[in-house]
Amino acid sequence: MITRRHLLGTAGASAALALTGNTFAEAAGAGLTPGVPPGLGTVATMEALPGKKPLIKLSYRPPNYESPLEVFRTPITPNDEFFVRYHLADIPEVDAKTYKIKIGGDGANSPIELTLDDLKKLPAFEVVAVNQCSGNRRGLSNPHVVGVEWGYGAMGCARWKGARLKDVLEKAGLKKETIEVAFDGADGPAVDKTPDFIKSIPVWKAIEDSTLIAYEMNGQPLPHWNGFPARIVVPGWTGTYWMKHVVTINALTKPQGGFWMIPAYRVPVGKFPLRDRFISQENATSTPITEMVVNSLITSHRDGAKVNPGKVAVSGMAWDGGYGISSVQVSTDGGKTWSAAKLGQDLGRFAFRPWSFDFTAKKGKNTVMVNAINKLGQSQTPELIFNPAGYHNNVMQNITLNA
Amino acid sequence: MRVFLIAAIAALIALPAAADEKPVQLKKAPGLDKVEANCQACHSLDYIPMNSPFPNAALWDAEVTKMIKAYGAPIDDADAKAIAEYLKANYGS
Ligand code: HEC
Repeated sequence: MITRRHLLGTAGASAALALTGNTFAEAAGAGLTPGVPPGLGTVATMEALPGKKPLIKLSYRPPNYESPLEVFRTPITPNDEFFVRYHLADIPEVDAKTYKIKIGGDGANSPIELTLDDLKKLPAFEVVAVNQCSGNRRGLSNPHVVGVEWGYGAMGCARWKGARLKDVLEKAGLKKETIEVAFDGADGPAVDKTPDFIKSIPVWKAIEDSTLIAYEMNGQPLPHWNGFPARIVVPGWTGTYWMKHVVTINALTKPQGGFWMIPAYRVPVGKFPLRDRFISQENATSTPITEMVVNSLITSHRDGAKVNPGKVAVSGMAWDGGYGISSVQVSTDGGKTWSAAKLGQDLGRFAFRPWSFDFTAKKGKNTVMVNAINKLGQSQTPELIFNPAGYHNNVMQNITLNA
Repeated sequence: MRVFLIAAIAALIALPAAADEKPVQLKKAPGLDKVEANCQACHSLDYIPMNSPFPNAALWDAEVTKMIKAYGAPIDDADAKAIAEYLKANYGS
């Protein structure tokens, strides 16, 4: 496949040029999303983590690697091209044989421990779901905000298989006073004083049928970099809650504290049209990020691509917080008129929904705008809804194709 | 020589999570030594250019403070000041 060969080719070139500074950076620079901070272009490179294909390296340690646009041409993202995101740099290789998850907390009547085998003995469930970093597209914020400066590629869609979190919680005897369920992973900070990454979700979300402790991703064990041997899967919600290498699950009768719950991962109250609220964590001004906003991405072409005059097929993906995509609208006249794209295979309400649209390109500049609409009637925004952490960027794309 | 030196410092401070961590060369200017000595215990230095050149002086001050207060970076006041000045001069707006 052209895409793959191109990626490998780029990485080979990168390795050869590894220590020559700018030339090196430009190799990945060409693949960066337009609009990210210019400084990113001086450090981003195509590099392969062990077991992965070359991805766009934003930072080495902790590893933050995003998938190039072309990876999103299929509704299932291959494991070895799935993005990687960590906050903290002490990431152990977890041994599946000795691996255990402790389930307890003051909301559990009878704390238990589960091995990977125990987990696999529970009834298995599958869900195809988008895992998107809360900060996906942060790099496109205007004005820019600090953080990992992701372009379009801090997301992926996989078929996750595992035990239902609610079945596991039931084994530990959930008290009715439980308001949140908190997760900790085997990874931790490089320096003791850095707060460990601990996240909680409301109990109603924890006991939804689709919320899993997954040990398989697209029919394979999870890659190390995506949470081996097991991770939490919270379909519809952003990646921050999908704890990798999960080793502790605590049922809580009081809100989980800590840096990564507050002030991190918050959006201003009332700014986004979201349905899911995390009320036990809400205060007067901020609330935890919850479900993903409805969004889409053109994956057939990059902005500025050359096409031949005549019929052009534009395609891409659309997704939302789990209500399901009802339509994808495309405009080739700058937003004056819109037509429905053809929707592709439906892998479920949490999955990427492929779409495609044919139009006749005229000689010169053509523009293509896309707007996805979900089953709640929510659509993408024409203007950025600015927020200090750069979350929920679902600005309609408007790309130029040159014929 | 420089490359070797940074690699050596990085190796002393922390083990890279990924086998292939390559040294990230920041701009050579006064204060770089302080940045290299204080800013790569928890993450590689690519975090700095990645977040540039948009931060203004106040934002770089706030970032250095955040590393110390929120993330527990053990950096004394004099070094913190030198680092902030370096960042403003080389990676700021
Ligand atoms: C004690 C650990 C630690 C030290 C030392 C440290 N940082 Fe950080 N830094 C972090 C953590 C944790 C993050 C968040 C990483 C993430 O979310 O990917 C971070 C993120 C950043 C970011 C991205 C923006 C942000 O606020 O998330 C920048 C820029 C940065 N650090 C610069 C520095 C500089 C400059 C220094 C030296 C003064 C430094 N760091 C030293 C822990 C540290």
